[in-house]
Amino acid sequence: MQAIQSAERYIDAFNERQTTEARSPVWLGALRQAAMASFTALGFPTTKNEDWKNTNIESLVSLPFVSSNGEVKSVRAAEILSNACVDADAPRLVFVNGVYAPELSSVHGLPSGVRVGSLAEFIQQDSSVLASRLGHYADHRRQAFVALNTAFFTDGAIVEIGPGCRLSQPIYIIYAANAEERRIVAYPRTLIMAGAGSEAKIVESYTSVNGGSYFSNAVTELIGEEGASVEHYRLQREGKSAFHVGTLEASLGRGCHLTAHAVTLSGLLVRNNVHVLLDGEGAGCILNGLYLGDDKQVVDNFTEIEHAKPRATSLELYKGILNGASHGVFNGKIIVHKDAQKSDARQTNKNLLLSAQAAVNTKPQLEIYADDVKCSHGSTIGQLDADALFYLRSRGLGLDEARSLLSFAFASDVVGRIKIDFLRRCLDDYLVSKFRGV
Amino acid sequence: MLDIRGLKAKVGGKEILRGIDLHIGAGEVHAIMGPNGSGKSTLAHVLSGRENYQVTGGQVTYQGKDLLAMSPEIRAREGIFLAFQYPVEIPGVSTTYFLKAALNAVRKHRGLEELDAMEFLALIKEKLKLVEMDQALINRPLNEGFSGGEKKRNEILQMAVLAPTLALLDETDSGLDIDALRIVAGGVNALRGKDRAMIVITHYQRLLDYIVPDFIHVLYEGRIVRSGTKELALELEDKGYDWLKGEAAAVH
Repeated sequence: MQAIQSAERYIDAFNERQTTEARSPVWLGALRQAAMASFTALGFPTTKNEDWKNTNIESLVSLPFVSSNGEVKSVRAAEILSNACVDADAPRLVFVNGVYAPELSSVHGLPSGVRVGSLAEFIQQDSSVLASRLGHYADHRRQAFVALNTAFFTDGAIVEIGPGCRLSQPIYIIYAANAEERRIVAYPRTLIMAGAGSEAKIVESYTSVNGGSYFSNAVTELIGEEGASVEHYRLQREGKSAFHVGTLEASLGRGCHLTAHAVTLSGLLVRNNVHVLLDGEGAGCILNGLYLGDDKQVVDNFTEIEHAKPRATSLELYKGILNGASHGVFNGKIIVHKDAQKSDARQTNKNLLLSAQAAVNTKPQLEIYADDVKCSHGSTIGQLDADALFYLRSRGLGLDEARSLLSFAFASDVVGRIKIDFLRRCLDDYLVSKFRGV
Repeated sequence: MLDIRGLKAKVGGKEILRGIDLHIGAGEVHAIMGPNGSGKSTLAHVLSGRENYQVTGGQVTYQGKDLLAMSPEIRAREGIFLAFQYPVEIPGVSTTYFLKAALNAVRKHRGLEELDAMEFLALIKEKLKLVEMDQALINRPLNEGFSGGEKKRNEILQMAVLAPTLALLDETDSGLDIDALRIVAGGVNALRGKDRAMIVITHYQRLLDYIVPDFIHVLYEGRIVRSGTKELALELEDKGYDWLKGEAAAVH
């Protein structure tokens, strides 16, 4: 009942907005209408929904969040960059409460084959490419939060890497929340298009300036053309009272390779959805995840890899470290379609529980319709190794220091896969201080 | 330096040490021999503070202090070092990082200044020579994928860096070929000194050809059944442990 009333709040808000907004292109208006119809039909998921059965979002749906009015209170660039682990010398797009902040952004030094900018501006200027891409990958008919984002987003980032263009520097996209007293909901929307044979590293970093209770409902669509090679990072360092639902929808063409990292450091309730469609022969993806939970945080990672064409590979490693009374959820779905022969899929989920109150649910889900495939999965839930703790203590390290070192070590292979030195060092520093005295 | 009196200990409810008396003076090297299951490794672990070993009787005085009241890390900082029979592999932590943290914890406890990265590097480079170890190895995750010999050399390296007052070597010879044994024993011998005592635990007499002890004790069924000088090892080699088992049975 609660969920239905809460859904109505969003439907009313949409209808209200329709009367005030007139500048959208026709295709976008139609997309938003369709998305809202989907949301109206779907409603918010409950624990009766198999894909949400371990994560109760009652606390999220019952809160009356309001859309940001676009007003951006003054925020200091240095604070945002430091919170978001952003290299100040690298090109960046900064959004505050979902609205582009050009004064905080810097897009100098990018090669000519690259177009980056505010989605809202691109929609006004050049909507033909967008009309054929935006919303075509993240399916609002299947997911309520994608539907809401599609209906409500006002801005976000677009990154288009031209064919054969190789970027050496990473591009940072920063979504900062500045909620203060108000319960703001923001709908960051990102579209990444990697042309044939291109190479790029893109970091999406979600953070907050003043904490507070707010809701980030983010959707990213990533399209990799033939032979493209993309490293995508989602660093999630929302405020302590923040809600975050983030969705990455990736579609990869022939021989395209994606490494998608999802690092969740904070937030009260976090759900990360990752769906990778291996839609070309020999496409490949590496999914690399790290999630930390503390206090009463809930962190849910829902990943889905679809092998749709032959000879595609997927390698997935997600690790969770849960302390306090936090709750971690991992769901790893792998679907191998009938024609996707010679698929190679490997999945590993490992969890470290640092307290007796922490809990985790982990579930691999394999649906295999082809007969000549290699598929493996494994998951573990454990505590710090008593032998290792004693070994470290027998050398003079205190119990706290030994626990902290082993927690850090547990995360190290996931962190080690991060290829951007600046980001990896920032994360290392964060983890060292985070685990001090666990 | 170390005075053990009537030490009794249980592991998982089973009594393993049934009253050990042992006195070790500064600069002395004591070997503890005995058949499998006699309690040799248990003694080493009890002395270094392993938690799942339950002391049920006796006292251990180390440098005038009650050793059994100390946590494992305090014992280490007070100068006790256990070279493990099975060194633990810790992926994600390099030997260098871990050993620097350990050394500084020990130094801080002793009121010494902590070493910075450069000072530590100079120290470890010097100690690496002692165990003929390549520097590349210590930048790798601690013991991960190390051969048996590399792990044992790493133990002796740690001992050399931490410079303990009392070293416990738990079956350091197990799993070593003759070349590795020679290197490990060479490292241990180089660390002998008038202020440093050692307890060398071994099943085989072979190690004692390389590390010549001042005293030998034979442990059997949780008690020291015989003590002597290095000649005792030869007698054991000659007659085997069955000889002592027979004697012990006759006493009971």
